[in-house]
Amino acid sequence: MALGLMATVAAFSLNPVADAQEMLTYDFMQYAFMAGTAMSLLGGFVGYFVVLRRAVFAGEALSHVAFAAVLGATVAGFDPLAGLLIITVGVALAMGVLSGRTRTRDVTVGIVLAWILGLGALFLSIYTTSSSGGNAQVGVNALFGSILGLDLRQTQEAVVVAAAAAVVLLVIARPLLFASIDPDVAAARGLPVALLGTLFLGVVAITVAEGVQVIGALLILALLVTPAAIALRLTARPFRAMILSALLGLVFTWAGLTLGFYEPYPVSFFITALAFGSYVLTVVGQYVARNRGRLLPARGTVALSGEQAARHER
Amino acid sequence: MTVQFSWNPLTDLQLLFQYHFMQNAFLAGTVVAVAAGAIGYFMVLREQTFAGHALAHIGFAGAAGALLLGISPVVGLLAVGIVAALTMSSLGAQESGPRGQSAVAIGTVYTFSLGLGLLFLQLYSGQAENVVGILFGAVLGISDQDVSIVGLTAAVAIATLVAIGRPLLFASIDPDVAAAQGVPVRLLSSAFFVLLAFAVAQAVQVVGILLVFALLVAPAATAQRLTARPGVAIVVSVVLSLLFTWTGLAVAYFAPYAVVGFYVTSVAFGTYLLVRLAEVVGHGRRSVVRELKAERV
Repeated sequence: MALGLMATVAAFSLNPVADAQEMLTYDFMQYAFMAGTAMSLLGGFVGYFVVLRRAVFAGEALSHVAFAAVLGATVAGFDPLAGLLIITVGVALAMGVLSGRTRTRDVTVGIVLAWILGLGALFLSIYTTSSSGGNAQVGVNALFGSILGLDLRQTQEAVVVAAAAAVVLLVIARPLLFASIDPDVAAARGLPVALLGTLFLGVVAITVAEGVQVIGALLILALLVTPAAIALRLTARPFRAMILSALLGLVFTWAGLTLGFYEPYPVSFFITALAFGSYVLTVVGQYVARNRGRLLPARGTVALSGEQAARHER
Repeated sequence: MTVQFSWNPLTDLQLLFQYHFMQNAFLAGTVVAVAAGAIGYFMVLREQTFAGHALAHIGFAGAAGALLLGISPVVGLLAVGIVAALTMSSLGAQESGPRGQSAVAIGTVYTFSLGLGLLFLQLYSGQAENVVGILFGAVLGISDQDVSIVGLTAAVAIATLVAIGRPLLFASIDPDVAAAQGVPVRLLSSAFFVLLAFAVAQAVQVVGILLVFALLVAPAATAQRLTARPGVAIVVSVVLSLLFTWTGLAVAYFAPYAVVGFYVTSVAFGTYLLVRLAEVVGHGRRSVVRELKAERV
């Protein structure tokens, strides 16, 4: 995280074109924007289904698996992204197949997850005490992201994998939407509901694996769940919500990267803060809009209690 | 750590306690395990595991902020935890499972809190080791001061739990009947959320923020599978929690990698798995016996 250095190199002007040129003169910022764009578009798109199918916990579970996987691959000397993808997608497919038959209780999932994270901590310890002399920064990067440290090959891999996952999701989007909204009717119409669910978990796993690099295993929900949650609050129409969700993710990432470039603080912090702030604004905005009659009584009337106001409106 | 494990338990015990840091670790671990085992029982009973999970994650900002301010991370964890617990209880997080709509809201809040913690640690110009210590526990480096803070808060938490234990149990099992009998269900619920914040802040000292499930959920969930009687289950939960902590500490001391959190979670996971397997086997045998009896009839 060599962020302190950048703050001295770059100064923010109010000319957006100059600022963009300034940022993009650095290779690492180009890579960060490319990988960040791919991840946030995919995350917003996938996230719509995650929120719709109430699979927040599954996303969280897979992010924990991803953390252990990336450290395990590092210790074993494999390519981290390849190891990450293979293990996370494997676990996701297993989860999909198993959950088709049994309903696992959250307590069980929680205990398994704690153990997987513990395994990650062990790998981290093995790595830091190994002769190659690594340090715990690898673990922190896996947990909180390392978007400014990507190289060209990693960026290309991230973009290609994200595109592939997006294509898979596009192909299954319509039946998946049907199966998510009404699984019983979808099954009666002959849709392979269980297969769709498993495929979808595989796509979530790829998204999570991408997100580990961009924003980190612990913060993945900020790009996987929050944009979609905001979009679902603003519109009920599926494809509009998906596009809005992807755009919101993109805005959070781009703004986070820009802030992280000009201010000496972590990009991941800015992305989570923007996501959180937008979510709070949306919730508060909707609350105010819904209760406008109650909060701002019409001129000339005495302030009414909620019940009275409701009666008044009628 | 290059301590030789022998098969003589007495020598091993002497080796284990020869260093002050191990004495501290065992002292803190024991106190934490008792509190976590007892409070965890109620947490699993009330199906508030997601709330515990969220409280731990939200606590990260508190622990990191405390480091930045130069005070003990336990204090920061407690302060942020209590505020978050009261907010969650007033917003009615009781009804929110990990699949509910409020999972999105809670997830968004704790993700932001984790990001904030990252910012604090960056401002503190902390080493990556600090982050890893908070996330995965650093009980082998626990200070005398932290041991006394942990001891004091655990004593307060356990005393409170003893005081409200009976009505809390009633309110957890059947809130409607309890309310009809005049038990202050809502007040108890808020009080329990605060207790949960205490338990989480303490468990973090041993296993870290990410692994609190190992001490708060695993012993209680295992105990509930072994017995239906609340009093017995609480004792079993505390004993299991002590067992996990002590085994984890001892293994970490003798093993080449001193990752207490990993060993505690492994023992916890293994025990839970064993109990579940034993249930399946026992169930299978019972049904076979039943079939044989049916054949004879």
